[in-house]
Amino acid sequence: MTKTTAPYDVDAVRRDFPILATSVRGKPLVYLDSAATSQKPQVVIDAITTYYSSQNSNVHRSVHYLAERATVAFEEARARVARFVNAPAPESVVWTRGTTEAVNLVANAWGDGNVKTGDVLLLTEMEHHANLVPWQMLAKRRGAKLRFVPITDDGLLDMDAVASRLAEGPKLFAFTAKSNVLGTENPVADLCRMARGAGAATFVDAAQTVPHGGVDVAALGCDFLAFSSHKALGPMGVGALVVRPPMYDRMTPWQGGGEMIQRVRLEESTYAPPPIRFEAGTPSAADAIGLHAALDYLDELGGTVPGSFPPSSSPIHDHVTGLTRLALDLLHGLDVRTFGPADASRRSGIVAFEVPGLHPHDVAQFLDARCGIAVRAGHHCAQPLMRRLGVVATCRASFYLYNTESEVRALADGLRAAMEYFRR
Amino acid sequence: MKDAPEPTFDALYRDLILEHYRTPHGKAPLAREDVVTEGVNPICGDEVDVALQQDGGKLVGVRVDPRGCAISVASGSILFDLVEGKTIDEARRHVAAVKATLQGGTAPTGVDLGDFEALEGVKQFPVRIKCALLPWTTLDQALSELEAKGGKS
Repeated sequence: MTKTTAPYDVDAVRRDFPILATSVRGKPLVYLDSAATSQKPQVVIDAITTYYSSQNSNVHRSVHYLAERATVAFEEARARVARFVNAPAPESVVWTRGTTEAVNLVANAWGDGNVKTGDVLLLTEMEHHANLVPWQMLAKRRGAKLRFVPITDDGLLDMDAVASRLAEGPKLFAFTAKSNVLGTENPVADLCRMARGAGAATFVDAAQTVPHGGVDVAALGCDFLAFSSHKALGPMGVGALVVRPPMYDRMTPWQGGGEMIQRVRLEESTYAPPPIRFEAGTPSAADAIGLHAALDYLDELGGTVPGSFPPSSSPIHDHVTGLTRLALDLLHGLDVRTFGPADASRRSGIVAFEVPGLHPHDVAQFLDARCGIAVRAGHHCAQPLMRRLGVVATCRASFYLYNTESEVRALADGLRAAMEYFRR
Repeated sequence: MKDAPEPTFDALYRDLILEHYRTPHGKAPLAREDVVTEGVNPICGDEVDVALQQDGGKLVGVRVDPRGCAISVASGSILFDLVEGKTIDEARRHVAAVKATLQGGTAPTGVDLGDFEALEGVKQFPVRIKCALLPWTTLDQALSELEAKGGKS
């Protein structure tokens, strides 16, 4: 279904987010940290309130009225996720606590049964700790080896190295769809095709891309894809792992308990079919239902354009990419060093930067206290990448569907003032 | 009930702190470095090296090499001013006093924290307390390593 959308009206969008009308240290909030977590529109807050006011019950257990309502809403949310990323069926979606738990789930449920001593797991140098540490732990458990695709000096994946590392026959290629530091948008469909040709399973960390729409797992051809609700306007505490259904046959349960079982005896149990098999314990139903409202909201703004990735024609992505280009131009005019591709068409939404001679923490504190601007300062859960870039930490501004050009200009003005303050 | 006053930026970045930041003390290499301890703040990845040279239980040499923010650099510079020439026990009392100042608890009596008082504003910015503490927790560890090597007076 194609949608025709009116010109992007960021002011109208902002009115949907109550927190954006608040003040920070006496100044209007300028929130440039959506890559860490997004703010929430009123419809999402309302969905959670409605759930707890009129639907709350444990799902998949009782037969009473509330339990039925909660279960239906919870499963509708699963189907909503499947539609949003064009998964083949609701059953391809496993609820998790977020991207991190999804990686851990696959590293255990798939990894322990499929990775043997001496096998190779291929990752990249630009991964978030979430898509690195669980694989390190798997490699240690199974005696497997880790290999890494390096990045070019321009912050892109070295595609020649992808080909040569894949030729070594890794069991798995796990990579991010978009770097949370560089903003680089990787050619996910190409990478999946190359991995498939080499016989490697693929895991895509889509935490930074799903929020901007246009992610289509059928077109990407990945085996596993994960994202978090909280970066996509939804509540914290829930996320989804999207599994290409045949992979379920190669996975065993990783956490045991209620819900994931079929029949339990004292000595042994049989398990529920997937995806419930991988969802032990009471799920965060309210948050899943909140995510449903968030995905509806994103769709209405025109976030989803199935089949296009990187999502070149989504209104949300266009808006965010425009802000990114403006930020790069303004920061370069200030002699601020930015990281990531010089070619703005290869990146979106994220600008990590360093003000020569100033520490990122001091810059971020100044922006916060003097300008009400929220940016991230630190290693962004990507210490190996920081090392590759030759820095300990950076500042990072990230943009989302509610940010404005004037906020980007405020960032540049704030940086100019910070330089004057610390260098005086 | 009135809200607590908003913490101010200038309470954190006092002029004295910025002076220490721009020209930190204690970066010179020591004639002999009995221990060199590296401290890391896992939140931001900031690092600091604290090197000690002791003679008869006295810290005759202290080197602080910070790779961090203004707060941690200034704190390290003040650390140098306060503990160089002190005994190991006196240095430990300074560490305890700094921790008590920033984190609460009972401070040892009779410790003059000198310029460190200018860092008290950090208390209003809880996430920055670790920045100010980093050189001191590293010193604490360096003192333990020094003692383990048999340097206790």
